[in-house]
Amino acid sequence: MTAKIRAVGAKRSGKGLGRTGLLAAGGALVLMATAACGSGSAGAQNDFRPVKQTDGTLTVWVDSSRLAAAKLYQKEHPSVKMDIVTYDGDANGSNYLRTKVSLFDRTRHGWPDVVFSTQNNETSWAVQAGFTAPLDKGLIPKSTLAGWAKGANDPCTVNGTLYCLRNDLAQTVLWYNAPLMKKWGYQVPTTWEQYEALGKKVASEHPGYLVGSAGDVFTPEIYLWAAKCGANHITGPKAVTVDTGSATCKRMATLLDNLIEKKALSLSSVFSSDFDKNAADKILMMPGPSWYGGSLFEGSFKTPAHRIAVAPMPQWAGDSHPSVGDVGGGTWLLSAHSAHLKAATAFLTWATTSDDYQGKQAPGYPAYAPAARTWLAHKASSGYYAGDITRPLRTAADQVWTGWGYGQFSQEAIWAATVTPGLTAGKSIVSMLPAWENAIANYARTDGYKVSR
Amino acid sequence: MSVPSTGAGRVRALPARSVLRRLRPGHGFVAAYVVLLIAFGVVPTCYAVYFAFTGAGGAFVGLSNFAAAASDFRYVSAVGHVALYLVLWLLMLVVFVVGLSLLLHRLAAQGMSRLLRFLYYVPGALAGAASVMVWLFLLDPAVSPVGFLLRGLGFQTFSQVIAPSHLPVLFTLIAFWTGAGGWIVVMYGALNNISPDVLEAARIDGAGPWQTARRIQIPLLRKWIVYMVILAFAGGTQLFVEPQLLSQASVGVAGRDYSLNQLSYDFAFQNNDINTAAAISVELLVVGLTVAGVFVARSGFFDAD
Repeated sequence: MTAKIRAVGAKRSGKGLGRTGLLAAGGALVLMATAACGSGSAGAQNDFRPVKQTDGTLTVWVDSSRLAAAKLYQKEHPSVKMDIVTYDGDANGSNYLRTKVSLFDRTRHGWPDVVFSTQNNETSWAVQAGFTAPLDKGLIPKSTLAGWAKGANDPCTVNGTLYCLRNDLAQTVLWYNAPLMKKWGYQVPTTWEQYEALGKKVASEHPGYLVGSAGDVFTPEIYLWAAKCGANHITGPKAVTVDTGSATCKRMATLLDNLIEKKALSLSSVFSSDFDKNAADKILMMPGPSWYGGSLFEGSFKTPAHRIAVAPMPQWAGDSHPSVGDVGGGTWLLSAHSAHLKAATAFLTWATTSDDYQGKQAPGYPAYAPAARTWLAHKASSGYYAGDITRPLRTAADQVWTGWGYGQFSQEAIWAATVTPGLTAGKSIVSMLPAWENAIANYARTDGYKVSR
Repeated sequence: MSVPSTGAGRVRALPARSVLRRLRPGHGFVAAYVVLLIAFGVVPTCYAVYFAFTGAGGAFVGLSNFAAAASDFRYVSAVGHVALYLVLWLLMLVVFVVGLSLLLHRLAAQGMSRLLRFLYYVPGALAGAASVMVWLFLLDPAVSPVGFLLRGLGFQTFSQVIAPSHLPVLFTLIAFWTGAGGWIVVMYGALNNISPDVLEAARIDGAGPWQTARRIQIPLLRKWIVYMVILAFAGGTQLFVEPQLLSQASVGVAGRDYSLNQLSYDFAFQNNDINTAAAISVELLVVGLTVAGVFVARSGFFDAD
């Protein structure tokens, strides 16, 4: 059927443009390319047929944080020939991976065997594009897959088939500076009401100190997701419900606005040079994902040991269903085009489950439960943190609110373009909620989503 | 500008056989260019035109890809952004390039000219994306070497500097900084081509520097200015590197879906819709060709005076 249409198109292009040999040649090139990409996307989706397997170099794409995993694997398995490529990890909706894969689909070669992505929504396009191999259909034993934390692989599951493996959980908790809280005589807040009150108090008693940051593109995932704001309820493969005007959204937005006004929340991204220079040593509290500890405090800010502690995310007073947000927690994808499936699967399994990497080196809370136990024990014994981090992190892992999904459009990119400039210009989040909703709806529609509001 | 016409005149005067002998090596040189032009200019253009009028399955769909592009919620604002940028960029380019080259030409006698010519050209020697990267550092008050200047203007953070309303000016500055140097050198060359006798005659008739520039130099530069405007217009409508890099540097806060070319890129790689992407690129081609046509026709660009 498609072949027929293509043939019709060919004739047309030949007739319309083919006055000179040159243009005809151009048309031929077009046809070849269309034919090539046409056959690429078909078939792979339903039943997975591996390409001819060969021995060769295993190409692995990782972001800079996961480079350690690939390097460690190479060290422990010197016989495996590896080509390790670092890229931006598709962070903040950069779409690098998708762009490259769609180019490789056209040229019919170049796909990496294994890819790490910082995003949880890759399956929303990669399954359709035939890029990811199904993992639970013979590649990875069920007994291994059973080790993942409950729900951790939900973003990887499409129509009941598993297409990627979750690297880490990114459940949000409340990070805080324990000695400073003690010195100033503050109690760690357990409710958002207490959090707001303490934020205002800090602003007046110790101006310059921060109780969080609202300047990151994942700000909505830390605060609004945790507060059960229904901005991103993915209800089907191509359906989303967006409602930023609800009371839950407004309530959290108002809290953020109040604290921003008092300058108790920073408007700079925690990754910006500005924050690192001016605010990194002024953090009293910081709601954020599990990877903040290793990646941000220990890594970027070089906060000394015995300062940073973890408490559960605050909840609204009287809410009997505690909820937390989630900021990424990357995924590993295995290419369906890989000619080294055995080696690729071995690496993938090792990278996600091994104690050597996930248990002892990974910056984030491993999604694979046995590795998470090692990770927590390792962190506790490292003596970096003040107090117990195990219990709050483990509790939060089961409390991620399920009303926020992983669509093809990047919520981070939408927030960045719609709300962040307004915040910088002094507008309140509450006043921008309708614009935010419009932007989500618009971007979702361009990706072919049916939007309910 | 006077060189080609005299050259042509000489060729015409020569006997036919000698003309052939003269042209052969010339054809050889041009042939190499023609091959590249076909491979990287003509074929991709045909490819884009084919895509713009066909659907995902390859069937002819008329103008529906153009309609899909125009009805996208990002389209109108992207057209507005590019239009505003073009106005600022072309004005700045014409005024400052012509002004600076005239200044450079006046200073020629005083020895400062070589140094200045070099200074103007330096940014142009950096490859496009690299020179934009320089600006990403310049514009961040926390790391900028001119941070005091930015703070003096009231900007404390990078996100304040790149507020949406500042973008047209910022992109114009970046584009001018990276692109104008080459044009100043070209204009300077053109100014040197103006016969000293003409300038001498003007001086004897009592024309000052201002009058010489207005009545003699600028009119004689007209074709070069038109040439610059045509190329700069085409380049300007294709605005891409500046907003795209800024968007990456600011994690999407500024510059995402800013220009038509970015929108085309997004259609191709984010929405997997190569056909609508091609439709936008064909629109840009048509606009570029039309404007070039108007300028060429109005200015008598190809007249051999």
